[in-house]
Amino acid sequence: MHQRSVVQVGASLLIVSLALSACGSRSDTKTATNGNKTAVIGVMAPLSGDLSALGLGIQHSVELAVKQANANNTIPGWTLKVEAKDDEGKPDVGKNAATAFAGESNVAGVVGNLNSSVAQSTQPVLATAKIVQVSPANTNPSLTQGANFATTPVRTYATYFRTCTTDAVQGPFAARYLFQKAGFKKVATIHDKKAYGQGLVAAFSKEFTALGGTITAAETINPDESNYQSVISKVKPTAPQAVYYGGEYPQSGPLSQQMKAAGLNVPLMGGDGIYDPKFIVLAGTTANGDLATSVGAPTDSLPAGKKFLADYAAAGYKEPAAAYGAYSYDAANAIINALKVSLKGATDVASTRQATIDALGKVSFDGITGKVAFDKYGDSVSRVLTVYKVTDLKWAPVLTEAFK
Amino acid sequence: MDTFIQQLINGLSLGSLYALIAVGYTVVYGILQLINFAHGEVFMIGAFGALSTSLVLFRGTTALWTLPVMIIGAVIASVTTAVLMERFAYRPLRHAPRLAPLITAIGISVFLQELVRLNYNQVPFTSWNPFDLPDAKSIIPFPSIDVVTGPAIQMGGVTIQREAIFTIGALIVCSALLWWFINHTKMGHGMQAVSQDQDTARLMGINVDRIIVVAFALGAVLAAVAGVAQGLQNHNINFRMGFLAGLKAFVAAVLGGIGNVAGAVVGGLVLGVIEAMATQYIPGQFGGSPWKDVWAFVLLILVLVFRPQGLLGEKAVDRA
Repeated sequence: MHQRSVVQVGASLLIVSLALSACGSRSDTKTATNGNKTAVIGVMAPLSGDLSALGLGIQHSVELAVKQANANNTIPGWTLKVEAKDDEGKPDVGKNAATAFAGESNVAGVVGNLNSSVAQSTQPVLATAKIVQVSPANTNPSLTQGANFATTPVRTYATYFRTCTTDAVQGPFAARYLFQKAGFKKVATIHDKKAYGQGLVAAFSKEFTALGGTITAAETINPDESNYQSVISKVKPTAPQAVYYGGEYPQSGPLSQQMKAAGLNVPLMGGDGIYDPKFIVLAGTTANGDLATSVGAPTDSLPAGKKFLADYAAAGYKEPAAAYGAYSYDAANAIINALKVSLKGATDVASTRQATIDALGKVSFDGITGKVAFDKYGDSVSRVLTVYKVTDLKWAPVLTEAFK
Repeated sequence: MDTFIQQLINGLSLGSLYALIAVGYTVVYGILQLINFAHGEVFMIGAFGALSTSLVLFRGTTALWTLPVMIIGAVIASVTTAVLMERFAYRPLRHAPRLAPLITAIGISVFLQELVRLNYNQVPFTSWNPFDLPDAKSIIPFPSIDVVTGPAIQMGGVTIQREAIFTIGALIVCSALLWWFINHTKMGHGMQAVSQDQDTARLMGINVDRIIVVAFALGAVLAAVAGVAQGLQNHNINFRMGFLAGLKAFVAAVLGGIGNVAGAVVGGLVLGVIEAMATQYIPGQFGGSPWKDVWAFVLLILVLVFRPQGLLGEKAVDRA
């Protein structure tokens, strides 16, 4: 009796699930309504969770670039569509998103990821499918130059490019600022053990000690925890003049606030991961004096950047472009410029993938963050960075320089 | 010496949070032999309840008198969650094989996390946000109440955070009330009876179902207080805060002796102090903050190997 009811339930469940899966729509619309063929530009970024402010800015900036390309009929005979997938800032979720893109035949390129740790999982998947991947925000050098990037750089994935500069530049840039411009000789470092933070702190520490400074303490925090008192108590007696943090704003904001409240009243400096208005909200009223570096010049300092911000506001997206909006816009346009060459006269996307890879390596145009072109590793040729300081509880640019 | 006292206070403050949450685990285990993995989420919902009370009723003022109301709001939120959880998820599985409620607990934990993440600022399936609550998908700043937050107190070389005083004080008050409840009220005696032998207690006329609901509610009250304390300490809350805190609190409950309420408190404090001391005093490559969790769990393993019943052991009489 019992066995028969199990079989009944099991069989009916099986039939229902098969029926439901058949009812699901396939998203392969090969032709748009005006007879154009469709090519998809994918976006992989954290659209939910702590970093969603950055991820949604990336998504909308790509949508703006595609909207403008379609309106100007940049690629005749083709309509571009944006398909955004959430990677939640986690490597395994990112890998699923990348696998989904790899399985769709009309994906021409992907803008993503935000986190270096996620990109480490998605690079191989997209490379196997020969889909170009342009990141607006990954700064870990090993993604383009291999694990031994300091001594023997070698390009591991021909499909991976990035429009932002790397931590091999950002870390030393911050070290030079703290040592030479701010005059701090003793600094403590903290990172969150993830790929981005750890790499950034390593690059910073190497340059800082080479300049003659001392790292008074090198600690880590667990990004899942929110109470950093024991680490702060360990760092405070070493009397650093500043704390350099490798990681993102959900942890560094509370860290800055807890640091100042515990009596360690020194500036916290971080990389582009902490450069977000949410950092100041989380760090509270004691945030004044904290510093961050970010890739590129401030978006509104260049006329093309001002136009981008105006277009973005006019398009009516709910979330602001955030720190990586301008880079995502340039990344999307880089892919679009490559597709202009590779999709010409083509009948479908999948066969042009190798041509897209070759074309993307050769693009060169003036984007809104400066010149957009890639070197032989896939890194951006422009190495401009800006130091921002929290003044009156707002980020204000202090210094913009090209790193030599 | 100053560093030692500093880290001791850090450890006690962290440990008090673990202790408050661990009591909830241990009380439910003592009565039902069920490890309620969703208890971390009860703690999280308590913190969100306090935040909602502050935002809706007081529009975010930071006056001290709002704190008791926030705690009441937190208690209402977490007790409601715990009681509903017991009624609809655990009671139907009372006579199921032991694995079923365990898996259900894990499922409820995920369900509650996602419920808060997606629907905190909007009624489900709509985008109606009547009280203008913030989005729970990213971390939300918690109001800094006067007196219990603010500049730290300097005593010699030791910096004592006001929030740490609040947390440790909350633990002392809650432990005292808990001890009085369990040992000097009829309901408390009933809980002790049910944890010793459920069937005999039922034969003695004790309403076992009611006792079980009270056990869940009791754990939820303490978790709510812990939620407010954590919100004040860290100045922010997020929907995932229950996961790691719940895991550590469960470890603390086992360390102190699962089923034993005093053991939960002691286990929580010991775990917090060990974490703080390990950060400071273990030198060299295996020391500092990267390894503090490792040392805390190594200690747990050693305690369980040599004393499997935990530090204070099971208080219930042996089932003969």
